[in-house]
Amino acid sequence: MADPAQDAVGMPQLDFSTFPNQIFWLLVAMVALYLILSRVALPQIAAVLADRRGTITADIAAAEEAKQKAVAAEEAYHKALAEARAEAGRIVDQARAEMQRELDAQLARAEAEIAAQAAESEARIREIRTSAMGMVSEIARDTAKEVLGVFDVKADAKTVTAAVDAQLKREDAA
Amino acid sequence: MAENGIVIKPMDQFIVKPLFGGDVVSWYTPTNVTLWMALTVLAATALMVYGSRGRAVIPTRAQSVAELTYSFIYKMVQDVAGRDAVRFFPYIMTVFLFVLLANLLGLIPFAFTTTSHIAVTAVLALTVFISVTALGFILHGTKFLKLFWVDSAPLALRPVLALIEVISYFVRPVSHSIRLAGAMMAGHAVAKVFAGFAAALGAAFFLPILAVTALYALELLVAVIQAYVFTILTCVYLKDALHPAH
Repeated sequence: MADPAQDAVGMPQLDFSTFPNQIFWLLVAMVALYLILSRVALPQIAAVLADRRGTITADIAAAEEAKQKAVAAEEAYHKALAEARAEAGRIVDQARAEMQRELDAQLARAEAEIAAQAAESEARIREIRTSAMGMVSEIARDTAKEVLGVFDVKADAKTVTAAVDAQLKREDAA
Repeated sequence: MAENGIVIKPMDQFIVKPLFGGDVVSWYTPTNVTLWMALTVLAATALMVYGSRGRAVIPTRAQSVAELTYSFIYKMVQDVAGRDAVRFFPYIMTVFLFVLLANLLGLIPFAFTTTSHIAVTAVLALTVFISVTALGFILHGTKFLKLFWVDSAPLALRPVLALIEVISYFVRPVSHSIRLAGAMMAGHAVAKVFAGFAAALGAAFFLPILAVTALYALELLVAVIQAYVFTILTCVYLKDALHPAH
């Protein structure tokens, strides 16, 4: 600082004696920088930028393709689902119809069986009833004879039978 | 400028000195100019070559900066000077990186700011001016002179306008160079003056230091903006040479 030789006199910028030096070194620096940039740096960066653009374009194309594939897969899935649904509906309908048919057949068979059994039972009831009725008149006659015997009334069998039958008929009508 | 025995010499930082002693500065002497220009070239190389050496598709931070700088200047050349100006892109990139890094390196304490010298900025501006003018005549011949002849103006006004246009055309390299050198020199000189006040003020030393801190942030901004302005003006002048019509 104190060295007077180093002190600036006015503006060092206007010290023309240093101009050739500055201009010379400036030109050297500019040429060097220009060569480094134009030969090495700029082509390198341009290549990287182009590379990246290429990668991005390729990636976007790949993504587009994957999206198309996904859409196609979804469509195929929906189609398969609809087909499966239709198939299931058809199978259900078929099963239902089959079951209905079987049910109808079983019902008809059961009804026929029931009707047959009912008819048989009815016949047996009728039979029992007829035989019971016969027994009733016989018992009535015997009872009447016994009653008459107890009262010492002699009645011939024919009259008693006729009277009992008449009485039974009246009972039946009632 | 002496206060309390402390002498503030804000202009000393701009003195061109031989690197290896001696007083004679001849045209080939390695000086502090040589050193700081070499560092500028090295810094530019570090950023643009070393930083992006990985050539990664997903860039590292340094590579991102290099690519952003590249794209920024490329787009500027394209937008301002036109698509056919792209062939001059390497030169404009050289100018931008040189000015930007020289400005930024100059902000390091004790550094020498090469772009604060009118000799340097004048050569940069004159190179642009001469090559652009030559380019204009080579590409368009005498039609390049239509740049000065405003067809859209009334006929009576045209000679007057032509005179103004010619003057403004020749003032371009002057303003182009003095703007940059002036901005750099003023900021550095003011910073030095404030720093000197810090030594002189004693107990109130922190006030100038705060001022220098604020000034430093401003100077950082100025360093980048001046590089940007220098480059965009180069593009504007280039546009006039490529497309002289108004």
